[in-house]
Amino acid sequence: MKEQANWSPYDNNGGTCVAIAGADYCVIASDTRMSTGYSILTRDYSKIRELAEKSVMASSGFQADVRALQKVLSARHAIYQHQHNKQMSCPAMAQLLSNTLYYKRFFPYYAFNVLGGLDNEGKGCVFTYDAVGSYERVGYSSQGSGSTLIMPFLDNQLKSPSPLLLPAQDAVTPLSESEAIDLVKTCFASATERDIYTGDKLEIVVLNASGIRREYMELRKD
Amino acid sequence: MWHSTKSHDKQVIFCKSTAFLFVQGMGMKLNTSALESHRLVIGTSDELPNGFSTAPSFEIPNTTDFDCFQKEAIQMVKPAKGTTTLAFIFKEGVMVAADSRASMGGYISSQSVKKIIEINPYMLGTMAGGAADCQFWHRNLGVKCRLHELANKRRISVTGASKLLANILYSYRGMGLSVGTMIAGWDETGPGLYYVDSEGGRLKGMRFSVGSGSPYAYGVLDNGYRYDMSVDEAAELARRAIYHATFRDGASGGVASVYHVGANGWKKLSGDDVAELHYNYYPVEPTIVEQVMVET
Repeated sequence: MKEQANWSPYDNNGGTCVAIAGADYCVIASDTRMSTGYSILTRDYSKIRELAEKSVMASSGFQADVRALQKVLSARHAIYQHQHNKQMSCPAMAQLLSNTLYYKRFFPYYAFNVLGGLDNEGKGCVFTYDAVGSYERVGYSSQGSGSTLIMPFLDNQLKSPSPLLLPAQDAVTPLSESEAIDLVKTCFASATERDIYTGDKLEIVVLNASGIRREYMELRKD
Repeated sequence: MWHSTKSHDKQVIFCKSTAFLFVQGMGMKLNTSALESHRLVIGTSDELPNGFSTAPSFEIPNTTDFDCFQKEAIQMVKPAKGTTTLAFIFKEGVMVAADSRASMGGYISSQSVKKIIEINPYMLGTMAGGAADCQFWHRNLGVKCRLHELANKRRISVTGASKLLANILYSYRGMGLSVGTMIAGWDETGPGLYYVDSEGGRLKGMRFSVGSGSPYAYGVLDNGYRYDMSVDEAAELARRAIYHATFRDGASGGVASVYHVGANGWKKLSGDDVAELHYNYYPVEPTIVEQVMVET
């Protein structure tokens, strides 16, 4: 029998992330619990990082890899700003994140990412990724341990005609900013009930034309 | 449990057999007495008294490691490259079609994946296998094709583009990339279609279908194919083939996209939700209701 390794370089710190794109805003949220196995390491860990003026990334999975990934992207953004004298747009950051993930195709970042922000026209955009960089622009997404609980609910509330349909049908989330925030709070309250890795506190980042704003909500701590 | 049983007493017998396997451990002769049917002396029928029929016994392979043998067999059946894509050459050019479902194990991660990738305005690539692998290498191929244009002052041929991709994938052979793609385009020699995969294979052909739904798509495609079809007929054939594959294959679904590559480049012809296509092809006949229940 082939010998199996006893040590794995990866760990899963759990947690859930959600992002919803609107006509002129984007909501990115994640819980703040960091766990390992059945233990909680901390109740107050932020999984969200602002990469650029209009790009915010939330990642669940192995937080050491997430932290390394955030540093790489922030550094690349700083270089871009020096070279081009402007901030990176969200679609550009989306492509950069995809390539960064794929460059480690044979020793991947164990990070499940959602990137949210405003595109060049000021409309909300959300990009969802797998661990090795395949990505897609969507109207809403969730990743992490609670995603299988949250995604069906978001599909029920927000599902819009597929962008692949021809003749094209309009695919904007019809919700207002405050409705979207309420929806996100509902998602996490429910996910916390049924997922052991989700809970403690909810961090919500709202991006719109006036800038970036943060909100917090308490979740169940059990 | 991977046994699907119908009657209660069959379930009992299967449970017993697995209990025996645990006790036996690996490498010892299996005690199969629990699997043998209870043959009655009375009569030749398989029936026990009270009208219950016995569980049919079956031969199990004489291997040393029964548990892992079954694992391999199940792996063989697992959907490889869960998707359906197809492309074919006909009189008016190349028709390319694909579904839009992405699955991670049993979870549908997306119903709106773009599996037909626009490499440049006259060449398309299809995606099957690892989504990241296909996306990344097709974009890379697009870059290489553009560099070729700038260096040689003319467009790259479909033969050349497919060779570039095949050589890259061959160099990564054995490292776990999963790519099953078709490069379709129109160059100076007319329409071109190549199949390229991550094993390093590259085939020129007139008709291909790739993915877990491809057997179903081939059935419809091969049956309806004629070289001299019109664009509309060919599009409908492609659409039907994808629809039938999504109907029977769990790993395929979403939106059936159809593209046509002609002398002036590619054009997207249609994108239809396969659920709607189902009711287009098989409309529900309104049943004649004799008695209607009315709320009082």
